Amino acid sequence: MLKTKPAADGHTPVGDSVPRLDAHDKVTGAAQFADDIQFGPGLLQARILRSPHAHALIKRLDVSRALALPGVKAIVTGEQTPGYIGLYLQDRHIFCRDRVRYIGDPVAGVAAVDEATAEQAVDLIEVEYEPLPAVFDPVEGTRPDAPLLHPDLGQYEAVNFIFPKPGSNISNHFKIRRGDVAGAWAQCAAVVEREYRVPHIQHVPIEPHVAVAKWDDKDKITLWASSQSPFAQRNLIAKALHLSQSQIQVIAPYVGGGFGAKAGVSMEALAVVIAGAVKGRPVKLRLTREEEFFTTFVRQGLVARFKVGCDQDGRLQALENTYYWDAGAYTEYGVNMTRAGGYSGTGPYDVPNVKVDSICVYTNHPVGGPMRGFGMPELHSGLEQAMDDLAHAVGVDPVEFRRRNCIRGGDIVATGMTMHPTGLPECIEKAAAAINWGHKSSPSAPNKRRGKGMAIMWKAPAMPPNAGSSARVQLNEDGTVMVSLGGQEIGQGTFTVMAQMAAAALGVPYDWVKVAGPIDTDSSPYEWQTVASRLTWSMGNAVSAAARDARRQILEMVAKAWKESPDDLDIVDGQVISYKSEEACSLKDLVIYGLPNPDGDGWIGGPVLGRGSFMPTYVTGLDPETGQGPRAVVHYTTGAQAVEIEVDLDTGKVEVLRAVAAFDVGKAINPDMVRAQMEGGLVQGISTAFFESLQLKNGRVLNPSFVDYRIATAADAPPQLEAIIVEVPQDDGPWGARGIGEHSMVPTIPAIANALYDAVGIRLEAPPFTAEKVYLAMRAAGVVQ
Amino acid sequence: MAMHRITFTLNGARERVEVPSNQTLLQLLRERLALTGTKNGCTAGECGACTVLWNGEPVNSCLVLAVECDGTEVVTVEGLAHDRQLDPVQTALLEAGGVQCGFCTPGVLLSARALLDRNPRPSDYEIRDALTGNLCRCTGYLRIIEAVKAAARAAEPA
Ligand code: FES
Ligand code: FES
Repeated sequence: MLKTKPAADGHTPVGDSVPRLDAHDKVTGAAQFADDIQFGPGLLQARILRSPHAHALIKRLDVSRALALPGVKAIVTGEQTPGYIGLYLQDRHIFCRDRVRYIGDPVAGVAAVDEATAEQAVDLIEVEYEPLPAVFDPVEGTRPDAPLLHPDLGQYEAVNFIFPKPGSNISNHFKIRRGDVAGAWAQCAAVVEREYRVPHIQHVPIEPHVAVAKWDDKDKITLWASSQSPFAQRNLIAKALHLSQSQIQVIAPYVGGGFGAKAGVSMEALAVVIAGAVKGRPVKLRLTREEEFFTTFVRQGLVARFKVGCDQDGRLQALENTYYWDAGAYTEYGVNMTRAGGYSGTGPYDVPNVKVDSICVYTNHPVGGPMRGFGMPELHSGLEQAMDDLAHAVGVDPVEFRRRNCIRGGDIVATGMTMHPTGLPECIEKAAAAINWGHKSSPSAPNKRRGKGMAIMWKAPAMPPNAGSSARVQLNEDGTVMVSLGGQEIGQGTFTVMAQMAAAALGVPYDWVKVAGPIDTDSSPYEWQTVASRLTWSMGNAVSAAARDARRQILEMVAKAWKESPDDLDIVDGQVISYKSEEACSLKDLVIYGLPNPDGDGWIGGPVLGRGSFMPTYVTGLDPETGQGPRAVVHYTTGAQAVEIEVDLDTGKVEVLRAVAAFDVGKAINPDMVRAQMEGGLVQGISTAFFESLQLKNGRVLNPSFVDYRIATAADAPPQLEAIIVEVPQDDGPWGARGIGEHSMVPTIPAIANALYDAVGIRLEAPPFTAEKVYLAMRAAGVVQ
Repeated sequence: MAMHRITFTLNGARERVEVPSNQTLLQLLRERLALTGTKNGCTAGECGACTVLWNGEPVNSCLVLAVECDGTEVVTVEGLAHDRQLDPVQTALLEAGGVQCGFCTPGVLLSARALLDRNPRPSDYEIRDALTGNLCRCTGYLRIIEAVKAAARAAEPA
């Protein structure tokens, strides 16, 4: 693990809440986003014809009338896209060929001189469909007589840790079998069995998806996109179009919010294929807000069944959970959410006997994709309520119950992996103390009730075992530093944190470091994807390695020039110093032009260029029948949230009065930004708890607008929010750091649900906890008349 | 499409342009004048990313027609700073850590500026109320609210 050497004034950029690198450009309007790039008058606009059916065969497709419309430059259909695309399972065509599987499935794409013309042309395309019976519920989708969405499932290419079941709608089934679950129930003093549902929601980045593509006459493709995954997009699109990766250049400026929506490939390939039909012209596809709600990734729905039991001391004995993921029409990304939901399916608990089934089911719903938390908010929602119920059933205080059962360093988790040191117990203590657990405060009015609730969580980066990062650190004539990397700034602050690490590892002030942007696959070093809260850890390791490499080159050069040992030299505040001879030299005087040869004529050294890469090498496969293996994941970030709420008995309205978040981030490279992640995630969690649900009826999203799909506004943020940093270092994290971006919204729904139970004794089957639902549940429970 | 010649003040300077009758102020700013600081999050008056000051009032520029701007004054995020000196709301937002992805930021800044112009000492409730039209998916709003308070304090005579 890296130790930071403090500068002369005792100051190091790592661990310091320095201001964000990108904040100035973002407050002046100078920061460039994908839609801001100017392409001049040659730019064409694209629109997409989408399926109006949830499930149907395409019988006839005629574009001739549309093509005849003046201003239309090209129309593409599934005929141009025979190949399959997908991250973990290649199960979709870029444009549908013979079959559509959800309302919104792309059937044809038009490029025209302007959006209005493209839109008009879309309306002129004639399609005849033969509707098919559809699947709208994941449990029903697993039945043998359910309509089959993907008869070719057996032919699809999949990574080797995904197990599709050809001839069914199940595209992955992850299992854990550990101990003797069936025998353990008899030993339990209390058992709780529950079913919870989590609705589909949308990420709702405020910046809609946008992609501009251009092919040149030698089939070199440039794609400008709002993207969390420039390299993955290059890779997947190249494979689908039978091109080589180096033929595609993805340029990705700042992302105006991602949350997973802009990971993998969602709509970018559409723009690329359309542009292929009008070579030489850039083509822009910008999704409308309406399209955002149902044509890009959505968060999968979940039907979860929990059975948990403990002995009379409140020690967990057995857990049997089944997760049916409503994964939508294509599960190329969703299959791995199911896997993550499977291997982390016990939640952060030490349970000796475990049976988990996590089942990915095709439905004729919008495409499920990665969203902040990657399955964890969904499964923790119900799990943490079941644990609360179990604590009450056995008569143990819910916080004490979590204290007794939470996972600790050295425990064997349900997949057989040994848990690394974790600060989860400390997070529980700190969150409980901050919310003043055990003390009920009096409500603000006689018709109100107060309650407190806690929930805990864990989440591991979910990714292929060998997802890698790389970085370059270059020095400029003035001694300042340019860091090149391929991870994306999506608002989480990664550029800032990388600059801090480079500065600390090299020995220069933070404000000497710049990060090269936009990310460009032709010139930026490789990065798998900006997902999984993996950058601080993985890309951080690559950046610090690159900075250390540059530092080594500098010290070796100077040692030679000064005839000293590199061990006696250091770089402090941008100066190379010798602890032995007390010589000093500014970086700017040596990092480009080298130094004079001390033994006569000529020079030594030269431009300094550090390189670093990182890839975890120790993750193992898991047995497909038992989910057992030595190391399922790289690590788990853990944490706890607690809330105090007040319920209005007359209206059912719930107000969050106070919220506390405590997470073990290993090491906070920038504590203020870590807290900002905890706050933003918690409020996003509050938003999902009270407001958010894609209302699906026969496959149609009924509320695809901000008016009908409400997200939290400034009025909904809790009056008090405390974010607490716990630091139990990660052995292979830079300075001990691990990620925090996603974790902060994982336990929010159940913390609020548990507080609701504490306040008025009700449990709702599914969020959002609208005033109406709360009121009706209170009436049904006899809390109000 | 009928064209109209309009003259208006944009960020303190006179601007003369010819605009089609159906062009929105947002389109005029972003597509014609390449002032891309003003963002488009919905084109429907629902997200606030396109907020500008129109005669001092915060409006969603996606709902204003460019022709309506004839003879009026428009301020965008690019016009907030003066002589490379950031407006106090810009400084405060930066210092409070109220910027993450930054896509809502221009709209947030203009709503905040308008609030402080008409109410130099807003309460917590008034700040939240003035910002409800500006959706932010990243920050959770608390740092934005703190920033507006800080900007208000900074403007008070010492
Ligand atoms: S773009 Fe104008 S309010 Fe959303
Ligand atoms: S900072 Fe991303 S939407 Fe507000």
